[in-house]
Amino acid sequence: MKKLLNTLYVTTPESYLLREGENVVIKINNVEKFRIPIHNLEGIVCFGYMGASPQLMRLCTDNNVGLSFLTPHGKFLGRVHGRIRGNVLLRRTQYRKADNEEESLDLARCFIIGKIVNCRTVLGRSIRDHGDVIDLDKIRFIDSLLIENLQSIDSCLNSDSLRGIEGNCARFYFGVLDELILKQKDDFFITQRNRRPPLDNMNALLSFLYTLLAHDVESALETVGLDPYVGFFHTDRPGRPSLALDMMEELRPFMADRLALNMVNLRQICGKDFFRKENGGVIMTDDGRKEILAAWQKRKQDKITHPYLNEKISVGLLPYVQAMLLARYLRGDIDGYPPFFMN
Amino acid sequence: MTEKRYAEDELLSLSGIQHFRFCKRQWALIHIERQWEDNLRTTEGHFLHERVDDPFLRESRGDVMISRAFPLVSYRLGLYGVADVVEYVRSENGVSLPGCDGLWKMHPVEYKRGKPKIDERDEVQLCAQVMCLEEMFDVHISSADFYYNEIRRRIHLKITEELRDLVISLAGEMHDLFKKGITPPAERSQNCRFCSLVDVCVPKLTKKSVSARKYVTKHVSDACVGDL
Repeated sequence: MKKLLNTLYVTTPESYLLREGENVVIKINNVEKFRIPIHNLEGIVCFGYMGASPQLMRLCTDNNVGLSFLTPHGKFLGRVHGRIRGNVLLRRTQYRKADNEEESLDLARCFIIGKIVNCRTVLGRSIRDHGDVIDLDKIRFIDSLLIENLQSIDSCLNSDSLRGIEGNCARFYFGVLDELILKQKDDFFITQRNRRPPLDNMNALLSFLYTLLAHDVESALETVGLDPYVGFFHTDRPGRPSLALDMMEELRPFMADRLALNMVNLRQICGKDFFRKENGGVIMTDDGRKEILAAWQKRKQDKITHPYLNEKISVGLLPYVQAMLLARYLRGDIDGYPPFFMN
Repeated sequence: MTEKRYAEDELLSLSGIQHFRFCKRQWALIHIERQWEDNLRTTEGHFLHERVDDPFLRESRGDVMISRAFPLVSYRLGLYGVADVVEYVRSENGVSLPGCDGLWKMHPVEYKRGKPKIDERDEVQLCAQVMCLEEMFDVHISSADFYYNEIRRRIHLKITEELRDLVISLAGEMHDLFKKGITPPAERSQNCRFCSLVDVCVPKLTKKSVSARKYVTKHVSDACVGDL
């Protein structure tokens, strides 16, 4: 399997990135602070405004290293990428399937099935680990609702009803997620999902992890030659990477939600890592962001066995593996799209 | 009977014929799907070629002239590419070249990183180069050379009729697959160990017996009966 390379996260806003030979060099006030050979990197994500030299951009595009710019709070600004990679025939197949309602629905079902099954697994894991201190009845009730919805996916006839199922399940799931927060209850709680802006620490934490995941999924889709903007569940909207959002559905519970819960329950992050603005929106402090990035990077190194490939991979390669499996399905190598199911 | 001739925009990369002979799927991944991953071997290849591929260098050594990065095309094979080196040897049976006195015979030399291969993947590439030169200059070329960097020696290649036929049939097959946009399924073999695209190809996946649909159905039914 492909090697998991590192993503370089640049969090100091005064950083300027440039190229020296085959190295990425970070300077702050014209003083070199860090250097790394490009071939160790898979992506560079800058949370700041100083920028990067065109030479460095060339180095990145030549080496297929994604270079993204985000605001210090993680809002996506843009990315530099080289020539469109991959096969135009594959992209056309993707577009044709996306235009075909039946085939779109077929794929969209897989993403949502993956999501609901994995949400259940997150709930189940907490019951196994902490069954004695959490409200079992409430979780089991929500779980029965998730199962009901899961069973109805097969018979739903159009994408609107599938969207209804997805919406219900998300509401049920986020409604009970608070039960899984066991420590620091004064600082971390969630009653519903909100994001523009996130209104509590937990939502802010989830939003940031989803941003990181979106970046990885988008890069993975581009790597295998798919168009991240043409989705099957999420419809086209200019500026929205719909396919990346589709694929994120099944990966969120495992890669982001589970990590957020662990960080809070293990006190890897705390209340003072967040800051409430006058409008009620919650943003992260620099320290908080660093903690989350460190935990995210570390989590990506963990090894799992992929249930479909039956092969050991690191968690960080999941977006790439799922993107590859989707490309395989579109190309007709396999008879369906196998979503990732966590155990 | 008129012979099939390919149009300009139908031409395929000549160097692809070595990929195609090595593994049809590898060729399709590189040339149809445009997937390419460098590994140690391909990077070493680049370094070797950097020195060879200077098109402005023309050396003369007595009765031998050396031209590098020589552009090639064959409309019969439908291939285009670049020869590392074409040597011109002064010969009474040769042809005249623009801007040069006398008559010259052409002799391509292909630089390779490793050592001679057990299959004909290098041979078909060099033979295709020969066939391009023959078509471009209306000459007959009976032999060519490899230079293998690992053994630091030249290896002589006789251009036989069998080799020419192999090149013609491989080129035909390449065009057929390219036109249909088909990536053939993986043939798992010893070759996979040396393939720079093995992580993109995932050969065991195409041979996978588990249906993705069954895999999804099984996980859904497991989820629906399983208690938390």
